[in-house]
Amino acid sequence: MSELTLTVMRLGFLAVLWLFVIVAVQVIRSDLFGTRVTQRGAARRGAPEPRTQRQAAAPQQQQPRRQEGGRGGGRQRRGAPTKLVVSEGTLAGTTVALQGQTITLGRAHDSTIVLDDDYASSRHARIYPDRDGQWIVEDLGSTNGTYLDRTRLTTATPIPLGAPIRIGKTVIELRK
Amino acid sequence: MSSTTTTTTVGTFAAPSRRNTELALLVFAVLIPVFAYVNVGLAKDGSVPAGALGYTLGLGLLAGVTHLVVRKWAPYADPLMLPIATLLNGLGLVFIWRLDQEPQISTPQLGGAMAPGQLMWSTLGVALFLGVVIFLKDHRVLQRYTYISMVLALVLLIAPVFFPARFGARIWITIPGVGSLQPGEFAKIIIAIFFAGYLMVKRDALALASRRFMGLYLPRGRDLGPILVIWALSLMILVFETDLGTSLLFFGLFVIMLYVATERTSWIVFGLLLSGGGAVAVATFESHVQVRVHNWLNPLELLNGGVTETAQAMYSFGSGGILGSGLGQGYSRLIGGIAPKSDYILATVGEETGLAGLMAILLLYGLLIERGIRTALAARDPFGKLLAVGLSGAFALQVFVVAGGVTGLIPLTGMTMPFLAQGGSSVIANWALVGILLRISDTARRPAPAPAPSTDAEMTQVVRP
Repeated sequence: MSELTLTVMRLGFLAVLWLFVIVAVQVIRSDLFGTRVTQRGAARRGAPEPRTQRQAAAPQQQQPRRQEGGRGGGRQRRGAPTKLVVSEGTLAGTTVALQGQTITLGRAHDSTIVLDDDYASSRHARIYPDRDGQWIVEDLGSTNGTYLDRTRLTTATPIPLGAPIRIGKTVIELRK
Repeated sequence: MSSTTTTTTVGTFAAPSRRNTELALLVFAVLIPVFAYVNVGLAKDGSVPAGALGYTLGLGLLAGVTHLVVRKWAPYADPLMLPIATLLNGLGLVFIWRLDQEPQISTPQLGGAMAPGQLMWSTLGVALFLGVVIFLKDHRVLQRYTYISMVLALVLLIAPVFFPARFGARIWITIPGVGSLQPGEFAKIIIAIFFAGYLMVKRDALALASRRFMGLYLPRGRDLGPILVIWALSLMILVFETDLGTSLLFFGLFVIMLYVATERTSWIVFGLLLSGGGAVAVATFESHVQVRVHNWLNPLELLNGGVTETAQAMYSFGSGGILGSGLGQGYSRLIGGIAPKSDYILATVGEETGLAGLMAILLLYGLLIERGIRTALAARDPFGKLLAVGLSGAFALQVFVVAGGVTGLIPLTGMTMPFLAQGGSSVIANWALVGILLRISDTARRPAPAPAPSTDAEMTQVVRP
């Protein structure tokens, strides 16, 4: 093989290797600008500011949700939730699939959802299905209480779909 | 569902899943090794290697299946990990095949040609990766096996003591007729699971119950217990298995995870003091370690009529220069010894692609580790955070120990460069490691569900700090 070809290949190999590295760095560049958490917090506090942003975001946000809802409704028995979603608090975004198991909430490390919340007790509450498959939330004698919608729980109570359960700063709800 | 359509809060912009970016990079990551393969063939024989088309299609098919599985089962996973791992593995295969072309170091005593075997192990590794991505639905499941994984890891670490030593270190389990494997490679994943589960429960006690002394937070005696146990264990590995690498990896991983879990600098200081003291103590009476340290300090000493392997490796880096000698045109066969394709493969990379190529390879490792740490930052649950830090920390330590050893920064230890070096256990274990990281990143990057119907704007308000 001629010397020239090999030299060109040698430099070409280094070039493509570095091109790969540079492309990879370009891909992760987005990490440097803001995280989702700050976006969320800022948008709540500054109400007038992000209005344009909100309008731009709204169609994007609603479209997939509507599709999801449509599909879920067709497949599942109506009104049966399939997942538990933490919608506010430090764990926001966590989901747990509901498969007939009891879900325990609290600061204790063996809870299904370990709450890192100053207002939560170690065994704060539990969520379980009764015989008809209706999901029930029960406060386990917590110090600061568990709120369903805006009422403090005193007995085991069935959970309506989408009703917020509030423990300290954490909000949990059942979704389809 | 319908009640949530009137939102007063702004949801997050869904982070792009970036699967198409991954696909593009993956195509790239398959083509670069093929290019290198053709280049080696042209340089050695003056012709394109016969199997070039077959290998291209095979690798492309494997990468394609991997991509489709990730697209289906981990749609929000990090887009960079898979292409980088594929590229490193592909380049490793090419370099091993390139060293197979040298008759002196491919004699039957040294195991003959190793590229076909490595290809098979890589395929198995990718299969395990796919298994992890498909069957591990949620990394939090691993938390249940905290103490089981402790026992398993200890068994894996201790087992090689009962098997005969090979090449001066007892790190292999040999099953007659089947082959041998290095359990230490798998132990690093399992031990990271144990540390993550253990530290998640104990970190408050370790971080808060402490006295302040000379600017350092001194932990209580009883909290110091576990670290001393781990330290003693890692020293025992060093003494009985004469394996510097695993010992360093094991203890370093614990210190890293302890620091991340507690945010106390004092643990790092303790860790460095303990490992330094331990290493010096063992080096005074363990001859195997003494030889390694001696070779590191006096690489140019005449040994069996020539200089040491350490010096040969440094010569090959030197002869490579900035741009390298070109693939297939180096003389790294002169390193000789038993491990030119595993421990010393970085020397071949350094000679044939030069400083430019070696830096690119090290940057790729750096990027993979950065993605792991980034996953830890984005993860929502403490267990996932610690596990991601642990896995990428183990990976980083391994890269440091090997690269540092080959380049003469620290004494050489018998570990393999992840993905690049020849070694079945290593490539399988590292694919599994990337699989778990990918699973955590999928959970971490999954967009948060639509916001709750806000109770803030109604009768009661939540006071936020």
